[in-house]
Amino acid sequence: MTRSSANRSLVRSHRDDVRLWRTVSPWGVGILVVLAVMAPFHTSDFQNTIAVYAGVAAIGGMGLNLLTGFTGQVSLGHAAFLAVGAYTGAYLGQELELPLLLWLPGAALAGALVGAVVGPFALRLRGNYLAIITIGLVFIAQHVFANWTSVSGGQNGRSVTAPVAVGPVDFASLEVLGRSFTRDQGFVFLVWGLVGLVALTMKNLTRSRTGLAMQAVRDRDRAAEAIGVRLARYKVLAFVLSSSLGAMAGALHGSYQRYIHPGEFSLTVSITYIAIIVIGGIGIVFGPILGALFVTLVPRLIEEISPSLPFVSTDTAGGGFMTVFSLNQAIFGLLIVLFLVLEPRGLAAMWLRLRLYFRAWPFSY
Amino acid sequence: MTDFLQLCFAGLALGARYALVALGFVVIYKATGVINFAQGAFVALGAYLAFNFRQTWGLPFAVSLVLAVLVGASIGAGTERLLLHRMVGRPLFALIMMTVGILFVLNEVITWIWGQRTLNLGDPWGQDKVTVGDVVLPVKDLWTLGLAAVVLAGFFAFFRWSDLGLAMRATALDQEAAMARGVDVKRVFTLSWAVSAGVAALAGVTLAAGPAALSPGIWLIALAAFPAMILGGLDSPGGAVIGGLLIGVVQTLTAGYQPQHLPWLGESFHVIMPYVVMIAILMVRPYGLYGTKEVVRL
Repeated sequence: MTRSSANRSLVRSHRDDVRLWRTVSPWGVGILVVLAVMAPFHTSDFQNTIAVYAGVAAIGGMGLNLLTGFTGQVSLGHAAFLAVGAYTGAYLGQELELPLLLWLPGAALAGALVGAVVGPFALRLRGNYLAIITIGLVFIAQHVFANWTSVSGGQNGRSVTAPVAVGPVDFASLEVLGRSFTRDQGFVFLVWGLVGLVALTMKNLTRSRTGLAMQAVRDRDRAAEAIGVRLARYKVLAFVLSSSLGAMAGALHGSYQRYIHPGEFSLTVSITYIAIIVIGGIGIVFGPILGALFVTLVPRLIEEISPSLPFVSTDTAGGGFMTVFSLNQAIFGLLIVLFLVLEPRGLAAMWLRLRLYFRAWPFSY
Repeated sequence: MTDFLQLCFAGLALGARYALVALGFVVIYKATGVINFAQGAFVALGAYLAFNFRQTWGLPFAVSLVLAVLVGASIGAGTERLLLHRMVGRPLFALIMMTVGILFVLNEVITWIWGQRTLNLGDPWGQDKVTVGDVVLPVKDLWTLGLAAVVLAGFFAFFRWSDLGLAMRATALDQEAAMARGVDVKRVFTLSWAVSAGVAALAGVTLAAGPAALSPGIWLIALAAFPAMILGGLDSPGGAVIGGLLIGVVQTLTAGYQPQHLPWLGESFHVIMPYVVMIAILMVRPYGLYGTKEVVRL
């Protein structure tokens, strides 16, 4: 049976419901991919830098979304997993001189292991208690990496020179058909390629049996248990997957930045990741991607416009004036509050509503 | 032995401050089920308000303290009215994130008004000390312990004997049942925020006492009070006090002895000691020492 494209959105069975390209045609996605590949040619290195950081945040954000958005376990410990990934990636890539295809999975594996150790906490503790204990993780990770000087370089941090080459393709100095690319352009391809890969994996995971079980745990864990979902398995699995993605993001962050120090992985980072999924759209696969772009872009925008604001100053000592950094923090907080009050399901929900409007046209309301 | 007593006393004084902050968490949590991440900002706000009244306006210290607590409490109540009120019936996670957002905004407003510098609160205690035997007791720590004890006694009296305290306890137990008995639940919510912010302001003033001890980083104390609150059990005021004192003493003792005896644990291990204690205790007792076990229905 062939289906016309107008019928795509019709849901007649569970199979239809979980179809991957239900509303988007593969053609549309194809065009988007081509545009994304073209983009780094036309942007400056500075813009590419922002794109890389946004991509890294999107990968980590999708990890947290799996845990918090799909499995309902609030974690403020994401920064700890980022740190584990960043230091593991740096150690494997630099001291052991492993290639990208080994140090990146290695970092993810280290994150998964730590996640597997932390995951069982979620079996014993619920809700608020879990959220606070994961704060403890962040402080403990920072302490460990500040003191384990042989690996981490201590409080002052360490350099990272992990190679970013897959076989003959070196993302740090990409050359295709005689044309050479800058390191930033190369990293945009690498990181956003991974974002696409992770998003596809997430989409597939959330529509699989495992993903449905996780969502059942989120909606009501006791009821899920009563219908035969093994709580222990899925809670720990969510922690493992989420922290391995966090670790991957951390490793990419380190290798791009070429330098990491323990202060980078503070509680604020965890909170930023929570903000990414809240602003992007919690429990929606592509939400964290939108959230990551938003959270990375807004501070730059404020830096751009702040010289024309009268109450912003570069003087940090006296009162009465605000620094650009303070303004950013305040606006960041304000955005979290506003999104929660006005649009609890975030940017992704805005997009979904817009799409519905056009799909239902001319009968939209 | 003198060292040990000295450290214990310092630990109790620190713990009393933790206890005050933790108590603020518990009051809001008991009434509304929300962990208020903005508590740290209210601590800082109280301290800066006191500075404003004492140093900028030149009021006597005691008056400044009382005013700071009152103004802090009304700002707390205002925040609840303005923002948290709209969130009734929304997922708890959203409410908690809301308080995180408030923390960010308030912190920056504070540095906007008073700047990043370290300030002098101008308290009457300063560096004064009393010597008992071989142990040196700073006067401000004695006052902190005294004030904390008075506040705690007031707390228990308020919850035990006043109508409002009863209403708050009833709301904490069962919101709908309390409403059905004529308790104004919304008022209880606002009041709990006011009480919590007021206690936070007091904690802030005792923290900022002493020469050049007031800086925007003061809100970080609230992060160290999390373990105190969790340790005692989220919904137990008595537990918050015991948790606070315990964490204070353990932390000070760690700071005193760990560098000599367990140097491999690393520099400034005492900073994360509260979290280590918290994780250890929660593994054994998942609802803290005195918390109510959650009953889950299908």
